[in-house]
Amino acid sequence: MIDLQYYLFLSATVFVLGVIGVVTRRNAIIVFMSIELMLNSVNLTLVAFSSFLGDSTGQMLVFLVMTVAAAEAAVGLAIIIALFRNKQTVNIDEINILKW
Amino acid sequence: MNFEIILFSVLSAVMVGSAIMVITRKSPVMSVLYLVLNFFALAGIYLTLHAQFIAVIQIIVYAGAIMVLFLFVIMLLNLSDEGALLEKVSIRKMAAVGLGFGVLLEFIYILGFSGEMYPDKNVERAIEIGTVEGIGKELFSTFLFPFEITSVILIAAIVGAVILAKRKLD
Repeated sequence: MIDLQYYLFLSATVFVLGVIGVVTRRNAIIVFMSIELMLNSVNLTLVAFSSFLGDSTGQMLVFLVMTVAAAEAAVGLAIIIALFRNKQTVNIDEINILKW
Repeated sequence: MNFEIILFSVLSAVMVGSAIMVITRKSPVMSVLYLVLNFFALAGIYLTLHAQFIAVIQIIVYAGAIMVLFLFVIMLLNLSDEGALLEKVSIRKMAAVGLGFGVLLEFIYILGFSGEMYPDKNVERAIEIGTVEGIGKELFSTFLFPFEITSVILIAAIVGAVILAKRKLD
């Protein structure tokens, strides 16, 4: 049997890779994908704890996180399409109207 | 029991490798495909945790629906490649990667070497709560209100996406 901490190591590794993706990449769609990576690594933590503690609350939370991730992807991609229509780019360095 | 360890090692190697590929590919399409691979490996890892329902949902909803949405948007926008990553290495990015791995080392230290005791898995109980029956019973009794709230979130997301993606705002 695999111990709980190996699942947590894996989850932490994928989460950090997602953070690095968000911070270093400039393509808005790849930033989105890195956010999905982070959401999934947190889901893995929740399922691992749920399974090891024998409590189903973690898996319910994963269900809700997936719903929110789907909603976030739909709205976020719509925002990206709207931005691309206005500025012909998805490079987040060039989208700086809110920057003072 | 040995088979389980081999399966977990292979799946976690695929997961970490494909996550690295996601954040380093030039073309967004390749990133999406590696992310799908990542989600399939994650579904396998859910199966080693006896969470069958979550594993199936992971493939159907994430790999099936959300990633197809990403692919559609990338092909709709007709994006060009970003240019080689190595040409754009700056001190800020190096610092970001360094800090990221610093945080990872902290995580690993806290999780693995702090002398914390972790619970052992009760396999029968884990199988019981991971099935569709177990999830459904909980979802429609204890967690009925959050379940209804998700429908409101989805409606809001649909309306928001349609309005945002409309060609002209009235």
